[in-house]
Amino acid sequence: MAKELWEGNAAIAEAAIRAGLEAFFGYPITPQTEVLEHFSKRLPELGRVFLQAESEVASINMVYGAACAGARVMTSSSSPGVSLMQEGFSYIACSEVPAVVTNIMRGGPGLGNVQPAQGDYFQAVKSAGHGDFHMIVLAPSNVQEAIDLMVLAFDLAEKYRTIVMFVADGSIGQMMEPAEMPPMRPVRPPEERAEWALTGAQGRKPNIITSLYLGAENMERVNIRLQAKLREIEKNEVRWKEYSTEDADLLLVAFGTVGRVCQTVVREAREQGLKVGLLRPITLWPFPGQRIAALAEQVKGILTVEMNAGQMVEDVRLAVEGRCPVRFYGRMGGPIPLPDEILPELEKLNAEVGGEEE
Amino acid sequence: MQQEVIISGFGGQGALFAGQLLAYAAMDSGLHVTWIPSYGPEMRGGKARCTVVVSDEEIGSPLVRRPSAAIVLNIPSMEAFEPAVKPGGVLVVNSSLIPQKSERDDIRVVYVPASDMATELGNVRLANVICLAALVKATEIVSLDAIKQALEDHLPERHRKLLSLNFEAMDRGAALVDAASSGTD
Repeated sequence: MAKELWEGNAAIAEAAIRAGLEAFFGYPITPQTEVLEHFSKRLPELGRVFLQAESEVASINMVYGAACAGARVMTSSSSPGVSLMQEGFSYIACSEVPAVVTNIMRGGPGLGNVQPAQGDYFQAVKSAGHGDFHMIVLAPSNVQEAIDLMVLAFDLAEKYRTIVMFVADGSIGQMMEPAEMPPMRPVRPPEERAEWALTGAQGRKPNIITSLYLGAENMERVNIRLQAKLREIEKNEVRWKEYSTEDADLLLVAFGTVGRVCQTVVREAREQGLKVGLLRPITLWPFPGQRIAALAEQVKGILTVEMNAGQMVEDVRLAVEGRCPVRFYGRMGGPIPLPDEILPELEKLNAEVGGEEE
Repeated sequence: MQQEVIISGFGGQGALFAGQLLAYAAMDSGLHVTWIPSYGPEMRGGKARCTVVVSDEEIGSPLVRRPSAAIVLNIPSMEAFEPAVKPGGVLVVNSSLIPQKSERDDIRVVYVPASDMATELGNVRLANVICLAALVKATEIVSLDAIKQALEDHLPERHRKLLSLNFEAMDRGAALVDAASSGTD
């Protein structure tokens, strides 16, 4: 299939459709309303379900319900709307049903604004809801990757019967880039629904899906099973991309839009004689900490760049465990850090660790 | 080889569409391209701007502070982006709405009375493609034919009757650059 010029938000929606999405439940919010808009046109014409709910709380609970019935489902929102859904995330995680949630992040805290930001890293990675669980968190940095990861999101959600969050900042949603869509997967026929799904118990024992487990030992048993699953995910599903790290003295760590901005920084820094590499996490959870730890043995210093006050940098420091200095540069509430502000931070780090420019 | 273009004006002047046209033409010419709008709560007549990066290799940052070229369609855009164009770059000025001259002597400035030319052709909304044609002629980011083909391929059906008028507008915009091909203005 040839490349076409896709807007990020429309591409995300179309990729979900190609991945066999059966039903979408959501509520509009800038800068991701085009996701709903695309679904509202496409899903009805394909005979699938598009439903604009009365709120984000309703959306996530509709997702929960449809997921329990074994349907391939998702919702989508932006930062304040995602906060409203968090109770549902926890219920879905505990109930072990597959679901995909998209967060096209905007400036915060509070109602904030509609500009691109990455202030929801902690929420996505560490604090998705109450209780002990993690979501798998996928973070694309361009439109093609958004498409590919959206398809992967459904596969991972079903493989592990878990909740997968897809996070991108507003600029990925709004921008256009040439990209190629995957072929259309057929929607799964009802008779092929998972055996745990609530499909009507005619001729079989009833399935029970719940997140209520009374009794201490009972609840602990569920937790032990959930934790074992999370360890399995950590073992199998860490994803990242590296640029020019082979001979790097300094390492940039950045994800999403600022991750691609840092590709330009690597190019420009190397023109100046600084041996800089970039590690761009694609899964924010599970985090590529082991690889960063290995690179920390090689490089003299690490600069983490984010569109927030410094969130992922905590995970970088946990991974590095003091092997080398880890510094941070960020912008908050909307501005995207550009190469001409990141480069001086690299030069500062280089001076700090006693490096020389060639 | 990478070029960055900022196209800026009032909402309704077609800055975003002109950028998309350039992006389609670049894609169809086999180049890497990103198109990113400035977005936010705006009303008709508010500011509208996009950045288009065209490259023969994978594009990192889709945003730049200093573009290699810019089209400014109104005075606030002139004030914002005339100083930003990189030395050696190209600035296309809609001189119908922007009376002032550029003070830069290190860039090529092309003055295009685009709104007047467009009105003469019968539709003031053609000013964006007139300027875009002047820009691609002056920068050679893509060929003018690629822009025309992109318009033909991607113009919404309801606007197809305007195709030949758009081509005429583009030819006039490009001709202005041919006439003034004397390097810096």
